[in-house]
Amino acid sequence: MKTICFYFQIHQPFRLKRYRFFDIGNDHYYYDDFRNEEIMRRIAERCYIPANRAIMDMIKSSGGKFKVAFSISGTAIEQMEIYAPEVIDSFKELADTRNVEFLSETYSHSLASLAHKEEFKDQIKMHKEKIHSLFGVTPKVFRNTELIYSDEISEVVYKAGFKGMLTEGAKHILGWKSPNYVYTSSTQHQLKLLLKNDRYSEDISDRFNNYSWNEYPLTADKFISWIAETPPEQQIVNLFMNYEVLGSLHPAESGIFDFFRALPRYAAEKEISFSLPSEAFNLLKPVDSISVPYPISWVDEERDCSSWLGNLLQQEAFNKLKEIVDRVRLCEDRRVRQDWNYLQSSDHFYYMSTKHMGGKVFSPYENPYEAFNNYMNVLSDFILRVNAQFPSSIDNEELNSLLTTIKNQGIEIESLHEEIAKLKKKEAKKAASN
Amino acid sequence: MKALMFGWEFPPHILGGLGTASYGLTRGMAMQPDMEITFVIPKPWGDEDKSFLKIIGTTNTPVVWRDVDYDYVKNRLGDKMTPEQYYDLRSHIYADFSYRHVNDLGCIEFSGRYPDNLLEEINNYSIVAGVIARSEAFDVIHAHDWLTYPAGIHAKQISGKPMVIHVHATDYDRSRGNVNPEVYAIEKNGMDFADHIITVSNLTRNTVIEKYHQDPSKVTTVHNAVEPLSPEIVSIQDKRGVKDKVVTFLGRITMQKGPEYFVEAAAKVLAKAPNVRFVMAGSGDMLDEMIRLAASRNISDRFHFTGFMKGKQVYEVLKSSDVYVMPSVSEPFGISPLEAMQCGVPTIISKQSGCAEILDYAVKVDYWDIEAMADAIYSIIAYPAMYKFLKDEGKREVDNIKWEYAGQKVRRIYDQVINK
Repeated sequence: MKTICFYFQIHQPFRLKRYRFFDIGNDHYYYDDFRNEEIMRRIAERCYIPANRAIMDMIKSSGGKFKVAFSISGTAIEQMEIYAPEVIDSFKELADTRNVEFLSETYSHSLASLAHKEEFKDQIKMHKEKIHSLFGVTPKVFRNTELIYSDEISEVVYKAGFKGMLTEGAKHILGWKSPNYVYTSSTQHQLKLLLKNDRYSEDISDRFNNYSWNEYPLTADKFISWIAETPPEQQIVNLFMNYEVLGSLHPAESGIFDFFRALPRYAAEKEISFSLPSEAFNLLKPVDSISVPYPISWVDEERDCSSWLGNLLQQEAFNKLKEIVDRVRLCEDRRVRQDWNYLQSSDHFYYMSTKHMGGKVFSPYENPYEAFNNYMNVLSDFILRVNAQFPSSIDNEELNSLLTTIKNQGIEIESLHEEIAKLKKKEAKKAASN
Repeated sequence: MKALMFGWEFPPHILGGLGTASYGLTRGMAMQPDMEITFVIPKPWGDEDKSFLKIIGTTNTPVVWRDVDYDYVKNRLGDKMTPEQYYDLRSHIYADFSYRHVNDLGCIEFSGRYPDNLLEEINNYSIVAGVIARSEAFDVIHAHDWLTYPAGIHAKQISGKPMVIHVHATDYDRSRGNVNPEVYAIEKNGMDFADHIITVSNLTRNTVIEKYHQDPSKVTTVHNAVEPLSPEIVSIQDKRGVKDKVVTFLGRITMQKGPEYFVEAAAKVLAKAPNVRFVMAGSGDMLDEMIRLAASRNISDRFHFTGFMKGKQVYEVLKSSDVYVMPSVSEPFGISPLEAMQCGVPTIISKQSGCAEILDYAVKVDYWDIEAMADAIYSIIAYPAMYKFLKDEGKREVDNIKWEYAGQKVRRIYDQVINK
C-alpha cells in the first residue's frame, strides 16, 4: 500500500526597515512593522486561515485519514501572535486532532547549519520550546531551512536527538534512485530521511495554475491516479511545499482548495493512505543510504545553497555575521539575543541574490545591492551593541574564562553565605539552649 | 550691460554641480549695479530665486502660434512666466514648427533633466532659443556647458552679438578620454564659434587648448567659488550615532570621480585603524560595482552607502564627517571640497581636480596613489593637530573664495568681447 506524506513550510521573516547610515548608533529598532503586519495579514487572510479550514474539513470528512505535517518558523509564529492570533488558534485546533505533526527547525529559519554547530543546536532547541509551549507537542522529526541537508548536518541533527529528517530529492544526489523510499544518511545510519518527490510536488506547487502546461487543468482524480500508477514496490510519495501554495501563490479562484479537498476521496478509492513523517519513519524500512558531501536545498535548478551564499555580497554579510557569533553567545541581554535571531533569517541573504535579477517575488528591496546595504547597516549597529556589552579588546576565550570565573565565584559566594547562615543558626541555637 | 545666459540647471532643482555654479555665478555678477541677466533653462519649476535675474523656461516658450486668452495663460504658467512675457515671445515666432509635437500653448515640452534622447532635447532647446533671442534685448550671449552651445550659436547668428561660452566640463573629463564623437563635435563647434571661452580651471583650459585646438588667447580661466552657508545649514548638528571617525566620499559614483580609489584606500586604513567608518554618499552607474568591491575587501561592516543625497542631506553628511575625500580622476573644478571646507571638514583632493589650483589648505594626492590617500586619511584621524589645522585654515581659506570676484572676472571678459 502506498502512502502520501504531505508537508508544508510556513515561514515569515522580520523584514527590515530602511536603515540609513545615520541610524547606526542612534536607532536600535530594525524592523518594518508596517510591511510585516501588512504581509502577515494578507497571507493569513488568503492562505493560512482558509487553508487551515480546508485541512480541518479534510481531516473530518475523511474520518481522520488525512494527515499533514507543518514546520512553522519561530519568526512566523511570533508575527502570527502579534498580527494574526486567530491563525495560532486554528493551528491549535488542528494540533488537537492529532492528525497534524509539527516539525522541528531553526527558530528563525536560519543558515546556522552551514556555519556553527552549537548555535545551530541552540536555535533548534529554542524552536522546540516555542512549539511545545503553543501546541503541547515536542517535534520529533527535523526539517532544516529550505530543506538544506548534507552529511555533516545529518550528524548534528542526529546528535540533537532526531531519528528522522526531511530533505530534497535532488537529482544530482539520487541519480537513478527513486525518492519514493525511506533512506538513511550515509554517515549516520540511524538517521532516516524522507526525500521530496520533485515532480509531484511541483505539479502542485509550480504548475497547477499554468495554462500552458500540457496536463492543465490538474484534477485530484488525475493526480492520485498518477501516484497509484507508480511501481507497486515504491512505498511513499513525499509532497513537500510552501504552505502559501494554497491561496497565495495559487489564488483561491484557481481551484487549489477544491483540488485539495477532493484528494482524500480519490486516495481512498485507490487505497492510498496519508502519513505523517514520524509514522513513515516507524513503518517503513530504509532501502539504502545516500551520500551528500555538499549541502543541497530545494531552491532553484541547482538545488544548492547558492541562492543564499552564492555571490560575494552574501558571503561577506554571512561572514560578518559569523564573526560575531561567539561573542553574541556570551551575551545575556535579551534584546540583543532577540535581534540576533531575527537577523539570522535566511531571507535577508536571499534578497541579496543576483541569480534572478529583477525577478524576485519575495524581496522587499529594489535590487540585491540595496538589500545588502540595508542589512550591513543594521548589522553594523548590531555589532556595536554586541561590542558594547563586552570590550572588544578582550578575545573570546579570555572573556569566556572571565565570565566563568565570575559565575563560579558567584556560586561560591552563595554557598559561603549559606554556610554563614547555617553557622549563625547553630550559634543562636546554642545560645538559646544555654 | 545685458547678458543672455543659456543654462541647463538652476537651484533648487539641480542634478549636479552645474546648477550650483550657474546660481553662484549669476548671483555674484548681479552684485554689479548695471548688470542685467536673463537666464534660460529648459524647465523652471516656479520656485527658483528670481530676485536678481530673469528666468525663461524653454518649455514655456511658444514656437507655434496659439490663440490663447490672458487668463488661460496665467493659469497655465503660474509663477513660471508672466502672460506678458508669453505674448512677447509668441510675437517673435520665426518659422513654422507646427510639424513638431507641441502642447496647448504651442510650446515644446522639456524634461529639464538628462534624458536618453538628450540630443533631441538639445536641438529643441536651440530651436526655442531662436524665439528668445529675437524677443530679448542683450549685449552678450553666455552659454553654460555643451548642452547649450548650439542655442548660443543660434542666438549669435540671429543677433550678431558676441558669444562667451563657459566650459564647466568637457567630455574628456566625463569619459576618462574615450570621448563620444557626437558630444565632442558639439563642444568643438561651440568653442569654434565662441568669441571667448571661460574655463573653470587651468586644467580644463589646457584640455580646451590641446584637445579642442583653441587659440590660447581666446581661453581664460575663471575659477568657481562658493556661496556662503545659510544660517539654516550652519545650524545643522552632527547627527552621527557612532563614536568612530567618519571619512566621506560625496558625489556621483561614476568613472570620473574615481570611487574605486576611495574604497581601496579605505581598506588600507581599516587594516591599521579599526575605529573608522567610511561613507560613500551619492549614486551612479558604478554604485553596484563599488558595493561589490567593498564586500570583496571584507570591509562592508565599516563601509556604508547612503544612496543619492540632495540639498540639506548633503550638509548633514558633511557635518558628520571628519575627513572629506575627492579622488576624482579628472575634475574640471569640483565644488564639493569647498563645501566640505566651509563645514570645517579637512579635505583630501586629487591633484587632477581643478579646485586644487586654488586651494592651499587641502591635502593633495594623485588620484591613483591609494597609499598616499590612505596615509593622509590616517594622519587626519590619528593626529588632532593635523585635523585642527586643516579644519581651521581650510575654512578661513574657502571663506575668501567668493563668487563676487569670479563675477568681476567674467564682466571684464564681457567688456573685452563687446569692445573688440
